[in-house]
Order: sequence, then C-alpha cells, then structure tokens
Amino acid sequence: MDPREVLLSVENLHKTFPVYKGIFRREVARVFAVGGVSFDIYPQETVGIVGESGCGKSTLGKTIMRLYDADKGSVKFRGQDLGALKGAALREMRRHIQMIFQDPLNSLNARFTVSDVIKEPFDIHGMRASRAEMKERIQELLNTVGLHHRSANRYPHEFSGGQCQRIGIARALALRPSLLICDEPVSALDVSIQSQVINLLLRLQDELKLSYIFIAHDLTVVRHVSDRVIVMYLGEVVEYSTSEALYDSPYHPYTKALISAIPTISAEKTQRHPLVGEIPSPMQPPSGCRFHTRCPFAEKRCSAEKPELRVIDGDSQHVVACHFAEKLAGASS
Amino acid sequence: MSEVILSVNELAVTFRGEGKKRLTAVDNVSFDLKRGGSLGIVGESGCGKSVTALSLMRLLPKPAGDIARGSIVLSDTEGNAVDLVKYPQKKLHKIRGKRVAMIFQDPSSSLNPVHKIGKQLMEVYKLHFPKMSYEQRHREAVDLLRRVDIPSPERRMLDFPHNLSGGMKQRVVIALALACKPEVLIADEPTTALDVTVQEQILSLIKGLQRETGMSLLLITHDVGVVAEMCDDVVVMYAGRVAEKGAIRDIIDNPQHPYTKGLLTSIPSLSSAPKARLSTIEGSVPSLYDMPQGCRFANRCDLAEQRCEQQPALGRLGDGRYVACHKVAHQVVREEAHGSS
Repeated sequence: MDPREVLLSVENLHKTFPVYKGIFRREVARVFAVGGVSFDIYPQETVGIVGESGCGKSTLGKTIMRLYDADKGSVKFRGQDLGALKGAALREMRRHIQMIFQDPLNSLNARFTVSDVIKEPFDIHGMRASRAEMKERIQELLNTVGLHHRSANRYPHEFSGGQCQRIGIARALALRPSLLICDEPVSALDVSIQSQVINLLLRLQDELKLSYIFIAHDLTVVRHVSDRVIVMYLGEVVEYSTSEALYDSPYHPYTKALISAIPTISAEKTQRHPLVGEIPSPMQPPSGCRFHTRCPFAEKRCSAEKPELRVIDGDSQHVVACHFAEKLAGASS
Repeated sequence: MSEVILSVNELAVTFRGEGKKRLTAVDNVSFDLKRGGSLGIVGESGCGKSVTALSLMRLLPKPAGDIARGSIVLSDTEGNAVDLVKYPQKKLHKIRGKRVAMIFQDPSSSLNPVHKIGKQLMEVYKLHFPKMSYEQRHREAVDLLRRVDIPSPERRMLDFPHNLSGGMKQRVVIALALACKPEVLIADEPTTALDVTVQEQILSLIKGLQRETGMSLLLITHDVGVVAEMCDDVVVMYAGRVAEKGAIRDIIDNPQHPYTKGLLTSIPSLSSAPKARLSTIEGSVPSLYDMPQGCRFANRCDLAEQRCEQQPALGRLGDGRYVACHKVAHQVVREEAHGSS
C-alpha cells in the first residue's frame, strides 16, 4: 500500500506487569498493559495513539523504545529486531529513536545547564567533538527549536513550561534521530503555548524528515498532527485508520464516544454517545470484547467472543475490532 | 433570572513578593453571577482565575495573599446583601459550604485519606446542623451519594477515598459541596484531572444538579470548550485582568480582544485541516514581578501600538459585552458615529 520503506514495524506487541504480594513477594496477578498491538510507520509520517489513562499508550511507547522489554511480539526498526539487540548495538540503534516526555521541567536535570542537557546525548554515545564544534552544534539545536542562543548557560528552572519542552525537543534532536516518540508532549502546556509547540513539531517534521509516534489523550491535538491514528482501550487496539477517516466516520462505539465527549465551542451540538461507568481494572480485563462492560450496544456475543481487528468498508487502511461495526454505523448515522 | 446573586466589583488581590514589594495577582476584576445562571472564567495558568475563586471564599493563603481592594457582594432572595470582603472571619463558616460551596481540581486532595467517605459526608451535617441525629445524618449522606449517581451508595459510605476512582472521588467531592444546598457553586477546574469520557459524565452531572436545585455556577477552567458547553456568560482573563466578558456565544462567534481571538484560533478543532500550522500567540505571559504598565497583552499583540503603553479601560460594547482594548474601543466609537450619521 505504501511503496516507501517501512521505518518501524511493531508486530503483535504484548507487555504485562506482575503484581507481587505477601512476604514471599509471590506473583498474584498481572496487569495487562499492552496486548497485541501492531502497526507500521513510514518515513516522515505521524502515527497518533489515543486513549484514556490506563489504556497502555505510554507503556506502548516505552516498550517500543525498549525501556521495557516486551513479553511477546517484535519491534523492527529498518528491518532489524530491537528486541534481539544488546549493549553497544542497542545503544547505536537508540540514536535513531528518541523520546519527548510530558512534564517538561521534570524531564530535565535541574542541576544541568541547558548546554549540559543537550550535550549529554553526545557524551553517552561517545561522540566527542572539540569544544568549539560542540558549542556550535548546541547553538544550532537551540536555534532549530526557537530558543535564544544565550539560553545555553541557564538552568531549566529559569524557563517557562513551553521553553522547557523546547529544550527537551532539542535534546531529543541532538543525535539526528529519524523517529521521535512523543509521550503527551503538550498536555502540560497552556493552549497558546501548546499551539507553539505543535507548530514547532510540524515544522521539524518537514525540515528534518522525522517520523513521530504521538501519544496523547487529547483527541483534537492528535487529529491535528497525525496521518494515522490508533485508538486504544485497555491495552488493545480498537480502531486504526487514517486520521480523516477515523474522525469523520468512526466505527467502533468507543471511538464514537470518545469523539463525541470532546467539549466543543461550536454552536451546533453533535449527537452524543455518553458512556456509563469507568475503565475496568487492567488486572482483570473483561472477557470477550474488553469494551463490552461500557458499550451501549453490547450483546451476548460481545462478552463471549473476542472481536478480531478486521478491515472494514473495503478501505484497507481502516481496521476496527467490533462484531457489529457495520450494523452500528448504519444505526447511528 | 436577571437578578444578581454574586457581584464582584473591582477586586484586587496582592501577594507578598521579595522584600516589601506587593505583587498584584488580580487587578480590577468585576463580574456578576446571575441567580440560577452559570458564569465561566477562562484563562491560562497564572491569569488569576484561581486566585479570584479563592478570594471569593476568603481562602487566600495568609499572610501572603490579601484582598487589597474591591467588594464581593452576596445577595439573598430577600434583597439582603453582605460584602464577603468585610465579613468577619469568625462568622465565615455560615457562608462557606452553606451558601457558597467550592470544588477543586484534584479530588483526592479534597478528601481526607484516613476517614471513610460516609464519615466525611456526615461531618458536614454535624457542623452545619448540630441537632441532626446520627440516623438522619446517615440517611442524608446516602441520599447525597445517590444524587451524584454513585452506584450502591450504602456500600460506598464504608469506602476510603483510595478505594474510589478519580471520577467517583470527584462525585463524592460534589456531594460534599452540595450537602447544605448552597446557592452558589464555585468549581475550580473540576474536570481537568479526568479523562474525556468521565469529564463528560461529571459535567452533565453538575448541569443536571444545577437544573434541579437552581443553584448558580461559577466555573473556572482553562478549556474554552468546557465553558461553551456549560455556561451562559464568560469572563476571559489575562495576566490578572479581565480582557473580555459577555455572553459565551457572542464571544465565541465574534471575539473582539486580540487575546480572545488568539486563544480561540490556537485551539485545534475537529474541523481544522490536518497538519496545518495553528495560529499562535507568540511569546509568553509576563511575570508578576515584571508586569508591563500599560496593556498587559501588548508584548504579544500583533496590533500593539504607541497608546497600548497605557492601560486600556474595560469598555462597554453593548448588551453586557465588555472589552479592554484600545483598538476595539476605537472601532466601536467609529461604528456608533457611523450609525448615527
């Protein structure tokens, strides 16, 4: 479907966390954080991942980065399996994948100056350069993210949230990666600052040919930056499509509910699909379709049989995990 | 309906800064909350919206914060009015919780972690209605939990806050606030810590309760969308001052202040073109230590000119609509002159 080379391919990724209890630290349960997620990213493309808290979207990001080791499944970067890499080879690979975090201030070392923060990746990867060269590179990075060159000798606490996020982006760009994993990069920022950072990310994508995995709970922001969007619920993908198709004609009842729950400023109110209840515990995910406990259209089959992700509407890019997707689409539109 | 229940006039709140310097966090803020109506205060962090809310409840941190000027007049249906700024500290418990109640952003820090939900609810009745019997208090508390749509309320009475999810905790906090049937509910970012689907539930709960009890709502939030869904009127604040206020639909459809315009256009919407550049407000909010003398938005405003170095007054634009901008006032005068000629 896409002639270009796949940059990163995630296949059937699973991640669970053990829960220990008692004096022998016996494993009593497992938290099913990510269950069977697959997707591909092409160069200069953005894949958005949305879902509510606890849906496993951050765990997914960290597992791709190999900050966590996956239980099952594989992550391939330019055809090479990241899970099989060790030591120097893993470090070398990590140069190409970098991460931006939610809390801009806490993700920067408070005792480092901005130039120390940006220099650290070079030190870690043993890319020594002369002082003058390094200074030039730092100035260039600061310039790229729209910070004043005099910022280099100041400390993170002297900057506002938006500026700290720019420093975090500069650090992530230091080694010229090809993929950035952005974990809620704008959630902690005010709206007017949020739009500045979004514009910066969009501009950098064009200039540096970056790919993004954009993880956020804000559906409008994700729609705005992404080419394709994955909707997750309790660790599983419920719907995956191009961002236009997903927002214009969602099939899964959860996606519909999420989109209709966004408070909007427009005068005409869209049809609401309010959800009852809250996300069940990921330690005991519901049987069958994990969404059936909150789904207004759930039937007997939903609690017994797990719906597989399947292509819908003849559009090979739009996949959804719901037994009744076609029927519901007809019913509510 | 047009009767005003809470009227804030020229409120100024100062905080102790370095040395003897006082920092003005809220300056010359005025608004009216109509009886049974809902008013939103929107603005970004540091614009003074939460400080305004806290000063309405006289909850400013002492001795750092202080109401320097202005009045906060709470009126009842019989036409009696009290100024909360001058109200004696010792009698404030008659207002707080009873006539004006408040809910905060983080529900877990509003609840005591070592007491059961039931005990915390019944405590409100113990304080405000000392003559009530235990059984009656218990009954009222269960009833409250039922009213905020908490399933199996009798069992939840025996739960500790940590047993409940964020959305459920916020429901308990709302129940606590509603215990004494307040006339005014101040909600300071009530859904910011919650997921969208839960936010939707909590907002519709607040709306329903408001319809049911006829209380007035003052909603403080950074999310213009939430205000648009919930409120009739809105006050847009910037750097401690009112930038613009009026009916919500007027302001969204026809924003006048450059800041309101910037704020509304910088939000990505579900209909905007994907990957298009968003319009931004460059720069950032000025610091309290270094507040410009004139218009506080001037350093980020595209339209700023010489006269913006003077502070613009909040000018009336007709029918409850006020804007603090030199450029807009000018246009209006011209339009009026145009209309009369």
